[in-house]
Amino acid sequence: MAFLELKNYRKKFGENEVLKGISVSLEKGEVLTIIGSSGGGKTTLLRCMNFLEMPDEGELYLGGEKLFDAAEKKSYSDAEIREKRLHFGLVFQQFNLFPQYTVFKNITLAQTLLAKQDFKRKKEDFAAVCKKAPKEERKKLKAEQKQILDEIKSNQKKSIEEKAENLLSRVGLSDKRDSYPYELSGGQQQRVAIARALALNPDILCFDEPTSALDPELTGEVLKVIKGLKSSDSTMIVVTHEMEFAKNVADRVIFIADGVIEEEGAPQEVFENPKSEKTRAFLRKSLEEVF
Amino acid sequence: MFFGIIGELAVGFLTTLELFALTLVFALPLGLLVSLCTMSKFAPLRVLFKVIVWVVRGTPLMLQLLVIFYGPGLIGLPPLTNRFLAAVIAFVINYACYFSEIYRGGIESISKGQYEAGQVLGMTRSQIFFKVVLLQVVKRILAPMSNEVMTLVKDTSLANTIGVIEILRVAQSINAYYAVNIIIPVLYAGLFYLAFIGILTIVFGRLEKKLNYFKV
Repeated sequence: MAFLELKNYRKKFGENEVLKGISVSLEKGEVLTIIGSSGGGKTTLLRCMNFLEMPDEGELYLGGEKLFDAAEKKSYSDAEIREKRLHFGLVFQQFNLFPQYTVFKNITLAQTLLAKQDFKRKKEDFAAVCKKAPKEERKKLKAEQKQILDEIKSNQKKSIEEKAENLLSRVGLSDKRDSYPYELSGGQQQRVAIARALALNPDILCFDEPTSALDPELTGEVLKVIKGLKSSDSTMIVVTHEMEFAKNVADRVIFIADGVIEEEGAPQEVFENPKSEKTRAFLRKSLEEVF
Repeated sequence: MFFGIIGELAVGFLTTLELFALTLVFALPLGLLVSLCTMSKFAPLRVLFKVIVWVVRGTPLMLQLLVIFYGPGLIGLPPLTNRFLAAVIAFVINYACYFSEIYRGGIESISKGQYEAGQVLGMTRSQIFFKVVLLQVVKRILAPMSNEVMTLVKDTSLANTIGVIEILRVAQSINAYYAVNIIIPVLYAGLFYLAFIGILTIVFGRLEKKLNYFKV
């Protein structure tokens, strides 16, 4: 079984069936690009993977284990869904940075909140241990625990900050650490958004048309960053209209039309030797010179 | 004579300020709660609170004051003997409903993308609301809020319908003692309001400036 297996995803909005049974499998370290015309279901598929939408039917396996089953979705609690979401990162078309926080805080916020929850749990565990201990030892135990907790806290903080610094330099924005989103160009904002998504170490990073909201001269810097992330252990799914990017960076390309996978394969096959008529028409239109 | 009048008005104004401050302290958080209820996915709760907001915004505050103060006694409950307390209750309910609509407008103006960004980062609903959305809402609603708060300063004068001795009540009753035309103390009272509104204008201006460090 592949690293990610998506089986027969279906999603309806009212009467409109957007996904009509889509199956995807992806190996670790692969980059998959999804192309297709607007309204074809690309974005919905991505949103279903991140559980921003719940598919009506379908199963998702990650690393050989069943992560999601639409038949059981009613039984998932909010906390379970949150946990499932953390396996996936999502970079939005509109960046969606938090405007009131600096670049640095944008990257660290979610981690900090998660670390706080961990810390709280640990503290409660410790308190329970303390309660069980004989009375005369409690004071000593408490002091020891406090020391450990303090250490955990400062380690957490340090590792979160170090990671954020690393990510910032990876997306080439170390000098914008303390800027606010509105002070950045669209391309820079999108690079921050990428760093923010990476900060949580997702198993699979998804991009929803990451350059569609950018001026043409800014798309290059974002695509370059995404290309730079490609490595043996980062698995990515990129919905895009950038055909050159799909051709050059992807290991695999999927063409989606009207809610079904119309064509699938290595970029050379799909772009140079498409089998389906729909794919041919789409590629002709996307690649043709306007003038 | 001038200082005599001013001194008595100042005492009355203290009551005005108390009513103003207590109303804000309770109505600001209560309004947020009411707005969340009017946006609830649970239909009975939503409808109930929409009706409450409709009734409160649809009837004069003066009438609400009378109902809160005299109402319990009329239906056989122990009557409210504390006039000031009755006024505070009426003002808090009334202003919470007005504030709730301002909050609602602010909350609904925040893009869905902000919530979704929080969700894919594994945040809980309350973390998203308090850590991501709320400050953006505050920034957006500061102007309409300042309007409403200034209206509240002057609305406190309505409390004198149930006998709360606030500044205008004082102004209307002391002309005989000082043998001046009634217009004189009332005009002086107006100056108190004006000065206080001036202070509030400055405070809100500062708050707005303080939140200028980011753009939404």
